[in-house]
Amino acid sequence: MKLTVNGADYALDVEPEMPLLWVLRDELGITGPKYGCGIAQCGACTVHIDGMAVRSCSVEVGAVDGEVTTIEGLGTPESLHAVQAAWIEHQVAQCGYCQSGQIMAAASFLEMNSEPTDEDIDAAMSANLCRCGTYPRIRAAVKTAAAKLNGA
Amino acid sequence: MGRLKTIGRRAFLVGSAAVVGGVAFGFYLYKKPVENPLLADLGSDEAALTPYVKIDAEGVTLITPRADKGQGAYSVQAAMIAEELDAELDQIRVDPGVPSPAYWNRALADEAVPFAATDHGAMATAARGTVGAVMKIMGMQVTGGSSTVADGFEKLRIAGAVARETLKAAAAQKTGVAVARLRTQGGAVILPDGTEIPYQELAAEASRIEPVTEVALRQPEQWRLIGKPMLRVDTVAKSTGTLHYGIDAKLNGMVHAAVVLNPRQGGVLNSYDASAAKDMRGVKKIVPVTGGVGVIADNTWRAFQAAAAVECEWGPAVFAPEMADHWAELEQAFDTDPDSRGRDEGDVENTLGETPLTAEYRAPYLAHAPLEPINAVVLIKDGRVDVWTGTQVPRFTQNNVAAIAGVEPEQVHIHAQMMGGSFGHRLEDEVARRCAELAMEMKGVPVKLTFSREQDFGHDYLRPAAIARMRGAVAGGTVKTFDLDVSAPSVLTSQMAERQGMPMPGPDSSISQALWDQPYGIENYRVTAHRAQNMAPVSSWRSVGASQNAFFHEGFLSELITAAGGDQLEQRIALCTDDVSRRVLQTVGEMSDWGRDLGPDRGRGVAFCMSFGTPVAEVVEVTNSPDGIRIDNVFVATDVGRVIDPVNFENLVQGGVVFGLGHAMNCEITISDGGIEQTNFHEYEGMRMYQCPRITVKALERNSHIRGIGEPPVPPAAPALASAIFDATGVRLREMPFNKFVDFV
Repeated sequence: MKLTVNGADYALDVEPEMPLLWVLRDELGITGPKYGCGIAQCGACTVHIDGMAVRSCSVEVGAVDGEVTTIEGLGTPESLHAVQAAWIEHQVAQCGYCQSGQIMAAASFLEMNSEPTDEDIDAAMSANLCRCGTYPRIRAAVKTAAAKLNGA
Repeated sequence: MGRLKTIGRRAFLVGSAAVVGGVAFGFYLYKKPVENPLLADLGSDEAALTPYVKIDAEGVTLITPRADKGQGAYSVQAAMIAEELDAELDQIRVDPGVPSPAYWNRALADEAVPFAATDHGAMATAARGTVGAVMKIMGMQVTGGSSTVADGFEKLRIAGAVARETLKAAAAQKTGVAVARLRTQGGAVILPDGTEIPYQELAAEASRIEPVTEVALRQPEQWRLIGKPMLRVDTVAKSTGTLHYGIDAKLNGMVHAAVVLNPRQGGVLNSYDASAAKDMRGVKKIVPVTGGVGVIADNTWRAFQAAAAVECEWGPAVFAPEMADHWAELEQAFDTDPDSRGRDEGDVENTLGETPLTAEYRAPYLAHAPLEPINAVVLIKDGRVDVWTGTQVPRFTQNNVAAIAGVEPEQVHIHAQMMGGSFGHRLEDEVARRCAELAMEMKGVPVKLTFSREQDFGHDYLRPAAIARMRGAVAGGTVKTFDLDVSAPSVLTSQMAERQGMPMPGPDSSISQALWDQPYGIENYRVTAHRAQNMAPVSSWRSVGASQNAFFHEGFLSELITAAGGDQLEQRIALCTDDVSRRVLQTVGEMSDWGRDLGPDRGRGVAFCMSFGTPVAEVVEVTNSPDGIRIDNVFVATDVGRVIDPVNFENLVQGGVVFGLGHAMNCEITISDGGIEQTNFHEYEGMRMYQCPRITVKALERNSHIRGIGEPPVPPAAPALASAIFDATGVRLREMPFNKFVDFV
């Protein structure tokens, strides 16, 4: 089985029904995507497949038909994605465990909706759970990122 | 301020200690006699050494011994040291600094226990029942009780100042320039001609001289860092997926494990059949562990799958099997002798009158459910044990793992990991114990145990369920009599005695925390606590007893104020006996423009709670919309004396409000057949972003005590919400979660 993650190609020998999350974490050692619930309730495992946000805990690796991008592939401390830069500017994270997923969800959402209203943001981001309660800062960071991506 | 002064008097510095290639600075604290012999096995002997600054060729490392569960503890501790050390936060590394021979002098490490010596005094005090026992113990012995800043505010700054002055002395010796002509900035000593000597180049010199122990702390107007917005040391890593939590630990040759434990929590495993599981792909070993079965495999998911395929015969329930039994236990406890009567003023019985106002309030069990499921890695090899785990109780874990591995505690090396939340969950160490049991079966191989979310929910130690019964009377437009009885299981007994083997005598003041100690002057005022038995195992949950008790106390106070025909905010201000708290209440009134017309279908409520010494007042505004209750605005005023980092402070307060509101809205843990019914976040939702109100925070700095903020924003949220819903709808909420009675958008 072949998988492309963050631009690198991998040959895998795993069961096709293994969730993508556990292939990333335990087989490839890519730990930015987090295990939180295993049933697509919390969003901590969110990655992109061809730019679309998916819950990697609930996608069988055998069903992956595109390039996978994780938080590590979105941007790095040296070369931040606009959403990551906004997350740092607003210092969103408390424990930070959900934030990889929040950032991946926001990045995908802003690709599809470059001028979101507050309601759009709330609707798009409500599938990602934050137990620390950083929602006010997530809201602000998504707005900042949208403005940056629009060249404001 | 008493405790800080005590530390100041008792502490003297051993200062520099040579470490491999460098120098470490810290405190040496005098032994204090342990007043209660039952506490003697807590490592009471002698002294505690707590080094905070280590400088070697690699640079400056600040030791931040309080655990970071996401509250920014590492950053705030580092800032307090760096303020006096004259280092910048982007120049230093932080290390949780559990006893580690990697950089500690052996002789010093022998004395190094993770308890400050002053803790024993506080523990003894707590055991005498004069102060909130669990709070104090948690506050000083481990990370908890919102104590990190309060505990470190003076001693961490002193440690930074001592290191700075000693480095200057070392520079003087090295260069021949008088100390008075040297200054420090940006992690370097600066000579009069502008030459910078980085601290690491002075480490060897500093380790050979007597430390400078006479240091004066800078005045607030001189502070560079404290009180100003700072970039937390973990923000970039947490925004780029590069921060490694315990669950991300990777060791050479590591295997992955899962457990399936008796769903009747605490029950035993009678027998199991692993015939289907043992041949599943990647499975290496299936062995019994305490209360269940462990599966060791080459991948976490494979371990989960195999664990689910093990067929188990479980032992019976070890506590009351059904939720109705638990409520009955709570009701029965009202008829037993009180555990404590923390307040008894005036003449309650003779002032209640013919028809007192009465009410019964209820709070359910709750789970901690941090988003990172509990996990640990344990490696047992050649008599040495290494444990990688996120923990607020490293010392307990060290002892408990040592007992399982059959080694002395000093053979157990705890590597504290960053935590994806805790809310009190990491005050428990079951996962490290189970992992140690598995590692005993795999000696020489690092074993990572990850609880599935379902196992984490099913085996959490819960926020106590509780009932309060109140009677009260009003006259002349104000509250005259307030009588409250509360019934709850004892966290102290469950957490400390049953699980950590440390029986605590005397009453459990967490049962009546935030009930007896509120700064209200009510003429006839009585608070009585009852200890319920045979309940589920319980634990400290963010804000502990205050999390349910503020709802009880403020909820009934609101009812009495309504009965008296008074204004909820004005009456609280009038009843308040503490200047700092009164200003907090007045401030939240100003922030929210209390009394302005909110328009149709809207309501507001206010609640106040002092917990962990921090007064917090919150105003909640809601709309009764066709889709249900929408929480529009929350205003929060508080006073912790000093805010170290206003950005992180605001974040923690907002998060505490969300935590308090979310659980009040829709969370409960229920018991059936001796086990927890909820399995995952679809049954324990909390607040989602579309439900999150605007939250405005104001911190006053008039409190003469330095206080913490991790927990205190939680307790007022539920009663303020209940009061707002009453204002908007006329529905009086006396039981959480509120979605049993009203809909939320």
